[in-house]
Amino acid sequence: MKLKGKWRAFRDSYFLYSFLRDPVAMVSFAILLVLTVVAFLAPISAPYDPYDTSTISVMDAEMPPMWYEGGSPEFILGTDDQGRDLLSTMIYGMRVSIIIGLAAVALQAALGVLIGLVAGYFGGRIDSFFMRLADVQLSFSYLMVAIFVSAVLQAAIGVGRFEEIAVPFLIVVIGLAQWPQYARTVRASVLAEKKKEYVEAARVIGFRPNRIMWRHILPNCLSPIFVLSTIQVANAIMSEAALSFLGLGMPPHKPSLGSLINIGFEYMLSGSWWITLFPGILLVILILVINLLGDWMRDVLNPKLYKG
Amino acid sequence: MIAFIVRRVAQAVLVMFIISIVGFAIKHNVGDPVRMITGISVSEAEREELREEMGLKDPILTQYWRFLKNAAQGDLGTSYFYHKPATRVILEKAPATIELVFVSSLIIVFLSVPLGVFAAIYPKNWFSRLVMGGSIIGVSIPVFLTAIVLVYIFSVELGWMPSFGRGETVNIYGWESGLVTWDGIKHLILPAISLSSIMLPLFIRLIRSEMMEVLESEYIKFAWAKGLKPKRIWMIHAFKNTLLPVITVGGVQLGITIAFTILTETVFQWQGLGFLFMEAVERSDTSLLVAYLVFVGLVMVVVNTLVDIIYGWINPQVRITGVE
Repeated sequence: MKLKGKWRAFRDSYFLYSFLRDPVAMVSFAILLVLTVVAFLAPISAPYDPYDTSTISVMDAEMPPMWYEGGSPEFILGTDDQGRDLLSTMIYGMRVSIIIGLAAVALQAALGVLIGLVAGYFGGRIDSFFMRLADVQLSFSYLMVAIFVSAVLQAAIGVGRFEEIAVPFLIVVIGLAQWPQYARTVRASVLAEKKKEYVEAARVIGFRPNRIMWRHILPNCLSPIFVLSTIQVANAIMSEAALSFLGLGMPPHKPSLGSLINIGFEYMLSGSWWITLFPGILLVILILVINLLGDWMRDVLNPKLYKG
Repeated sequence: MIAFIVRRVAQAVLVMFIISIVGFAIKHNVGDPVRMITGISVSEAEREELREEMGLKDPILTQYWRFLKNAAQGDLGTSYFYHKPATRVILEKAPATIELVFVSSLIIVFLSVPLGVFAAIYPKNWFSRLVMGGSIIGVSIPVFLTAIVLVYIFSVELGWMPSFGRGETVNIYGWESGLVTWDGIKHLILPAISLSSIMLPLFIRLIRSEMMEVLESEYIKFAWAKGLKPKRIWMIHAFKNTLLPVITVGGVQLGITIAFTILTETVFQWQGLGFLFMEAVERSDTSLLVAYLVFVGLVMVVVNTLVDIIYGWINPQVRITGVE
């Protein structure tokens, strides 16, 4: 019964109402859904397995897409420099990009929400300490921090070992580099909520700060967190692509979209443009639909987001 | 005001202190300077002697103090690859990056202000919609992809523009400038456009939303009621107040721009700091990495402190809320 009630509430909500009246949001959501499903079903949806070296032949390297001369219907979008089917490699690469993006955002959200709640609720020294820290980190820009940390780690442990831990490392470094946005946004909402009567009432009843923060204030701060998360997933995917493009992210044998673009760039000047262009287009579409959804959500939910 | 400045400067010094600790930690833990200097044929005993001589066996605080003292005098160690002081290598490459950032900032300022203001004044106009639609696409294209596509179209296919390097440069009092020769400018166009491509949409959107907020405010309504000319209201009354938040965001964006110079310079093999940094990473040139960290950190800290102070000077609200 309860679930049914929730479903009805959702069906009658303004959120859904405006979604169904915004073609851009609907198309973006549909594309994102298709891309995500295709990416997560990569072993089924991709024609070949790019990680399986036994099926790859260097003889097939740098084949153009099938509608060009020299292309083969076996490889719809052509092959990359090692003879991997480009379409399959892109699907697997997109899966890596999406996983890293989502996990990095989960990490930064967890950190940012915790810090933002504590800083906003307790105020005082804890607050000014964390906000100064956020200021300083933001002034260095998340990408700079991520690039520098990856560069130093790669120099410290060597390329080989770096490649082994690339996925968890990228998640951690992108997650740690971007927590300030969350912390500031959550803190601002907490400061606004804290003054309201229901919080005072909860305090008078004698609830502990922990309970008030998590059960009472946090649920009322969700809409900015929601909007921010959407934009941050796009940011995280973009950061991952940038790091991989610089050779500080996913290695060529397990490429993400960024590393594929990097591989292709070396071959582009000799005419093999497709290795760079197709992953590039896919990356742009992926980021664009997430950004469009984020924009739409910001218009609908209209939270107070931190500027800058 | 003075208290505000002192506090900001103290914070800047603290940040530089932390950067120096990070820099020292990297230098201390990553790579072995003795192995970098000597060849394979040098015996273990000689290596030990060299370690002693270089002070690598001193207590860690003594070493840190020496690092700090040298850094304060502009000595950040010797680059293993260039066999030159790292500071000198950095200073030699800095003009290339500064020119690139300068030209792309010009592009950003001269395009984002008119476009953003126009989109704010006429939000329903088709051109504004085009600009806003274009800007969200612009935000979604990674800077290295813009660079690659530009290279492919204008260098590989059309052959109009050179695809890499700085072209002909002229040495003006030790400053290698590419801005005074036609060849240098031609080399600069594509990198500058790529670098500005990510910031431009951000600034257009920022200026538009700030300007729209200002246009809604009471004093603008009063100005209309008073019968002032539209141009005067938009340009003098509204635009001035739009600039305030834009300045602060501009300061923060500098950090991001420097991060993006690494990407742009890698694509165009632009002989600037970003390219130098990536080379240093590939060669594990620790001294150069640390020098880059300290140099870029210093630039960002100085710029951000200045921006904050200027902002506090123009807008007293900032320093008053800062006091509480």
